[in-house]
Amino acid sequence: MDLLSPQLASIDDEPYYQPVGEEVGLFEAAAARRLPVLLKGPTGCGKTRFVEYMAWKLKRPLVTVACHDDLTTADLLGRYLIVGSETVWMDGPLTAAVRAGAICYLDEIVEARKDTTVVIHPLADSRRVLTVDKRGELLPAPDDFLLVISYNPGYQSILKEIKPSTRQRFIALEFDYPSAELEAQIVASEGGVDEALAKKLVKLGELTRNLKGQGLDEGASTRLLVHAAQIVSAGRTPIEAANAAIARALTDDPDMTQTLDDLVRAVF
Amino acid sequence: MTDRRLFEHELEERLDRVLFASPSHRSITRLAQSLETLSRRQQDKVLHWAGVAAKTYAEIGYLLATLAPQAFELLDDDGFDAWVIAGLDAYDRQGLRPAMELLRDLEGFRAEREGRALARYADVEARLTRFVHGLSGRPLALRNVGSGNPAWTDTEILFLPDLLAERSSAEDNRRLFKATAALLWAQTRYGTFSVDIDAAIADLPDRPQALAWLTLLEAVRLDARIAQELPGLAREMAELRGPWPDGLAPALPRLQAATATVQDSLALLREFVAAGGVPPRLTFLGTLDPTAARRVRAERIAKETKVLRNALAALKGAGGRKQGGEAVLDIAPGEDGAMEIRVDGDVVALPPEAQAAAQALVQDLGELPPEALSPAGSGGWLPTDLAGPGTDLVNDRDADFRYDEWDYHRSAYRKGWCHVYEVEVKPGDADYVEEVGNRHRALISQIRRRFEAVRGEDRVLGRQPEGEEIDLDAQVDAHIDRRSGIEPSPRLFCRRIRNERSMAAMFMVDMSGSTKGWVNDAERESLIMLCEALEALGDDYAIYGFSGWTRTRCDIYRIKAFGDRYDDAVKRRIAGIEARDYTRMGVAIRHLTRLLAAQPVRHKLLVTLSDGRPDDFGDEYRGTYGIEDTRQALHEARRQGIRSYCVTIDRHGADYLKRMVGPAAYTVLDEVGKLPTKIADIYRRLTAN
Ligand SMILES: Nc1ncnc2c1ncn2[C@@H]1O[C@H](COP(=O)(O)OP(=O)(O)O)[C@@H](O)[C@H]1O
Ligand SMILES: [Mg+2]
Repeated sequence: MDLLSPQLASIDDEPYYQPVGEEVGLFEAAAARRLPVLLKGPTGCGKTRFVEYMAWKLKRPLVTVACHDDLTTADLLGRYLIVGSETVWMDGPLTAAVRAGAICYLDEIVEARKDTTVVIHPLADSRRVLTVDKRGELLPAPDDFLLVISYNPGYQSILKEIKPSTRQRFIALEFDYPSAELEAQIVASEGGVDEALAKKLVKLGELTRNLKGQGLDEGASTRLLVHAAQIVSAGRTPIEAANAAIARALTDDPDMTQTLDDLVRAVF
Repeated sequence: MTDRRLFEHELEERLDRVLFASPSHRSITRLAQSLETLSRRQQDKVLHWAGVAAKTYAEIGYLLATLAPQAFELLDDDGFDAWVIAGLDAYDRQGLRPAMELLRDLEGFRAEREGRALARYADVEARLTRFVHGLSGRPLALRNVGSGNPAWTDTEILFLPDLLAERSSAEDNRRLFKATAALLWAQTRYGTFSVDIDAAIADLPDRPQALAWLTLLEAVRLDARIAQELPGLAREMAELRGPWPDGLAPALPRLQAATATVQDSLALLREFVAAGGVPPRLTFLGTLDPTAARRVRAERIAKETKVLRNALAALKGAGGRKQGGEAVLDIAPGEDGAMEIRVDGDVVALPPEAQAAAQALVQDLGELPPEALSPAGSGGWLPTDLAGPGTDLVNDRDADFRYDEWDYHRSAYRKGWCHVYEVEVKPGDADYVEEVGNRHRALISQIRRRFEAVRGEDRVLGRQPEGEEIDLDAQVDAHIDRRSGIEPSPRLFCRRIRNERSMAAMFMVDMSGSTKGWVNDAERESLIMLCEALEALGDDYAIYGFSGWTRTRCDIYRIKAFGDRYDDAVKRRIAGIEARDYTRMGVAIRHLTRLLAAQPVRHKLLVTLSDGRPDDFGDEYRGTYGIEDTRQALHEARRQGIRSYCVTIDRHGADYLKRMVGPAAYTVLDEVGKLPTKIADIYRRLTAN
């Protein structure tokens, strides 16, 4: 039977990443010792961007999988396909990453079902192997293979916590929104706006984060601030941009929308 | 008839006559005194209308006469008549309370009469509260100071007037509310109370005037601070206020400098007082009460220092990893200037409560005072150290769990406020369930049949374009097709479809004292129906009762846990459900939410069975507080993916329910007898697939 494994591209251009702490050095150390990495932090605070940056820095291909609750083991490992009249095995992203010695990034791991995520266990401890049951294949991971997972501890759901048995296999890096100054730099650079506007957007972000738990599940993430900046640099007014990219993105509740409008108008 | 004013004794005599029906022996003398200064025409009006009103209802006549002097200040003669008539009208149509409210709201009546669209505190409260929360990291509550009083803050509560009617449009008056609140917020945020104002102005003879100057000068300074951080808000405030009066021009550069503090305002205040002017009256300035603010601030600082010290003590005790001996605690500014706390050399995070305390201290004092950074003597950090005195019971054993409770006054949680004890129900009569089963035999077999039909199973779908398994039948067909030269179908896989009834239900049963009797019987019978239905269905379910006595003793009674079989022990516990104490609903919802959330299923349902509004011993939980906390707890459940359904037995309808259940749905049963027959149906409807 034929085997298909997707070609994995590596990242040639340096992604823009603004380090906020010791994460770059720690990640390099984990990679050097072939230890899997867990990125904790709220959504939109730069975890994905960080992994892209590290993949570039370590010159390894990157495979990213966004986890969701219908993700099956086959979606990760691979499956048989019929191509023409042949039955062919097609590697899933995880298998492909192991074969190629890539970084495999499982984003929002808690969203996947528990019976799916067990396949990463033997990869994440000292065995470093991937078992592809269907093919009867035991695939040892090359030195360059690195498993990275992320999760957002902000979920209050007990269901969406990582089991300690999983968590303890990983080097954990904690992410949070950057300090106001760094965040303004990021927003200016990513959003293509001047520093003054970036600062105001960051201020707005801070005000919305004050409302976390007071009607908002989460405050505005760096991502949302960058989005607002991008809308401004595409020619809209800051108020329009903030309403569309931040206020409406954060809530559907009419009362809360009104409050966010108030805050937007206070800042600009 | 002369138009000489009536003297006190004459008024008293006439009032006695017109208000003869008055049941109160309130001081007619005092009332007469207050009317003495009115003109004769006005006095006659009062006596006339008070008499008319008293014929309808004595209280109204009395109230009217009491308010008359104030009414004449605000209203002309026609206005006075209209006011009285509106009040009597309100009585006829809506009853006593609305009538009294209307009469008391003189300002509102005037504004409306003058065609001005006023804004009321009650209408802006929610929106402003959220706005202020957004502005400030720390919880500032809003309160109404009543009509006619100026706005002020004690640094924890922003006191705002009852209504504003200064502008002609309601929108502008609402903006005026916002500007008022924003300025008070700025006082707490930018250090107006960071010095002892009382001491600073003690030598000035005219204290009210000194404070008026200070309010004004601070407004200028704060306005500049707001403009730096929140230019949009500053613009809106400036539009409402207009330019600063010319007289202030010499002070502007100093007050508007980025480095200006309240000391600059105090220094300039002396110059203005010395110059002998009167402070110009500007809109939305409010007033300062430095004495009250200072007291509240000192209490807060003491409390927060204590929280922080206790947290540090706990870190020091618990964090020590070195054998025998305490951890080494080290506190120093980190790279970014923020305080960094190290235990044995490792940076540690403070518990959220302590973090908030540290932040508040920095806001109050500019930095953390050394005494806040020395760990408290002994004992760990307990959030209950924050608790004030109350009606709480003391328990002899540690709580199994603690839960935050939502305090709507503060729009914030009281941390670890409720102490939960999980206990088992004392088993009841072994024959009870059987007896009920016999009595309802027909109903039960009907329920069983209906629910068995709903039950779903895992299914495997064949001939899919993709899937986990190869579909052998399809493969064989494809092979044959190929052999015979036919294009084979690419649908060669099987896919497993999960049982869509992956579902767990939690039933929360009111065991408060008010359920004694019929309600308790109905609850127990309903649970038996439910168990029959759910056993047929195969959904996992749990049943817990709740009751308690104050926040320190919230009892959760285990009747059937998830995974327990519906066996004799469970049946006897159902029989043993009895009416006990009070109904603190929020904490029960939180605890059961936690148990339910841990179930590895897709759909989770929380059903509450209760017989009325939340209530607990002491006044605190009764009324709005309990309703808001319950609502918040249901919101939290929702956020964890739990759908809630509230079944309430309340003969008087339940006006509060719509608000209370928030994101949940509900049914009100006006008759307990309906519960057993209805409950299974409700469940089936809720979980239909
Ligand atoms: N430290 C950072 N450096 C550069 N860009 C950042 C940083 N943090 C956030 N961003 C911006 O925010 C966006 C969202 O970040 P992302 O990595 O997708 O978040 P996450 O994966 O944590 O949800 C990025 O596309 C980038 O524009
Ligand atoms: Mg009750």
